[in-house]
Amino acid sequence: MSVRVHVGSILHGYTGGASELVAEGATLRDVLSDLDRAHPGLLFRIVDEQGALRPHVKLYVGDRFVRELGTRVSAGATVHVLQALSGG
Amino acid sequence: MKTSRTASSTLLIGTAKGGFALEGIGRAAKLRGPFLFGAKTHDLRADPRSGRTWLMSSTGGHLGPTIYRSIDRGRTWSEAPHPPRFAPARRKTAAPSVKINFWLEPGHADEPDVWYCGTSPQGLFRSEDGGQTWRGVDGWNRNPAWESWTSFGRDGTPDGPVLHSIQIDPRDARHMTVSCSSGGTFESLDQGGSWRPLNRGVAADFLPNPDAEYGHDPHCMRMHPADPDRWYQQNHCGIYRLDRAARAKTPSWTRIGTRMPKAVGDIGFPIVPHPTDADTVWVIPMDGRAIWPRTSVDGRPAVYMTRDGGRSWRRQDRGLPRSHAYWTVLRQAFTSDAGEPLGLYFGTTSGELWGSRDAGGSWRRLLAHLPRIYSVRWSGR
Repeated sequence: MSVRVHVGSILHGYTGGASELVAEGATLRDVLSDLDRAHPGLLFRIVDEQGALRPHVKLYVGDRFVRELGTRVSAGATVHVLQALSGG
Repeated sequence: MKTSRTASSTLLIGTAKGGFALEGIGRAAKLRGPFLFGAKTHDLRADPRSGRTWLMSSTGGHLGPTIYRSIDRGRTWSEAPHPPRFAPARRKTAAPSVKINFWLEPGHADEPDVWYCGTSPQGLFRSEDGGQTWRGVDGWNRNPAWESWTSFGRDGTPDGPVLHSIQIDPRDARHMTVSCSSGGTFESLDQGGSWRPLNRGVAADFLPNPDAEYGHDPHCMRMHPADPDRWYQQNHCGIYRLDRAARAKTPSWTRIGTRMPKAVGDIGFPIVPHPTDADTVWVIPMDGRAIWPRTSVDGRPAVYMTRDGGRSWRRQDRGLPRSHAYWTVLRQAFTSDAGEPLGLYFGTTSGELWGSRDAGGSWRRLLAHLPRIYSVRWSGR
């Protein structure tokens, strides 16, 4: 299923400058993996090699903050990948 | 190989906010950068073999560690498509993730596209394509003793535990060493396939066992380029030399810092060998008294040089501030060129770059107001 993905400016270097993307997947992990196929390197900037979300990246499904990559997403949902407000 | 200091000489500077390059010598010198502004650059190195490739470690606050590569002397950069990363956990136990790409080291001269990277926590990675694709050195990262040797990546520097001082024997690409803060110094004779600790004789006053085989805290270790059988080490617990040629089954380090002035001590981060004289090295002492301020002893910065393998030391502070200068010079932030007389350069965590054109005889400030300096590397190409 298709979902819309909004990525913060810090990731625009990986998306060719685009902030609004479309990806396929039933879970956040699937969606991010699908994005990585179109934008190589993007996933490793969000999730480390042990599958953990990097500590200063924030994910939302709609306006709900989530940390679990297994979170299911429904068709037509909007996923936000944003940089955390860290460091003051 | 002797290279004269020329207008093409470049100092590559890694800082807490990106990389810089100081090109040329003297009044004609020109500062370029910052490269990847805003990201921590723990190391920035030029390939001494081709002179073409520059690699830069980069750690963004949000997006984690990676490596950038330039083939046009820093004018444009591209990210490594596959930066260092540990293998996924094989069991249901915690497995490390790379936090910092800390130390970049060009491989042997006969392996022109090989580079090594030491990380935090203490991982070792190898690239065979000029820094684009990195693979873990399994003999180290997956060594059954790794968790013991590294305390599972727990004990280390304020930025985390690091693997550093990757040294390749210029006579044999298979012979290499790494050092870990913490963990100690380790040697491989089969290009990373197997390792053994080599810390005998080194103090570790923070461990319960004074004769521990590993767990030490080498701050910087150098295989001397003029005699790769002679190693020098600036450790958390003093300055040491090891003469590997003794061929003892377990070579032992000798503490040569005991000959430093008692009021100065022998604690510091970097150690720099003379390119052609195996008896000559330089150190920059720091205050390692009870609470470890890690700054210039008594607020009076000085470089110390030995010309006899550590039997005696000479203070070199002409041109440096005489009082109230509380500098820290990190382990990658002190280097030499290959000029005659020799040039020496160091950067401080307060963002100053200092240089000497006469082997430390006198010093001059070359740059000020940079971000915190992590590394200073020289390139003659």
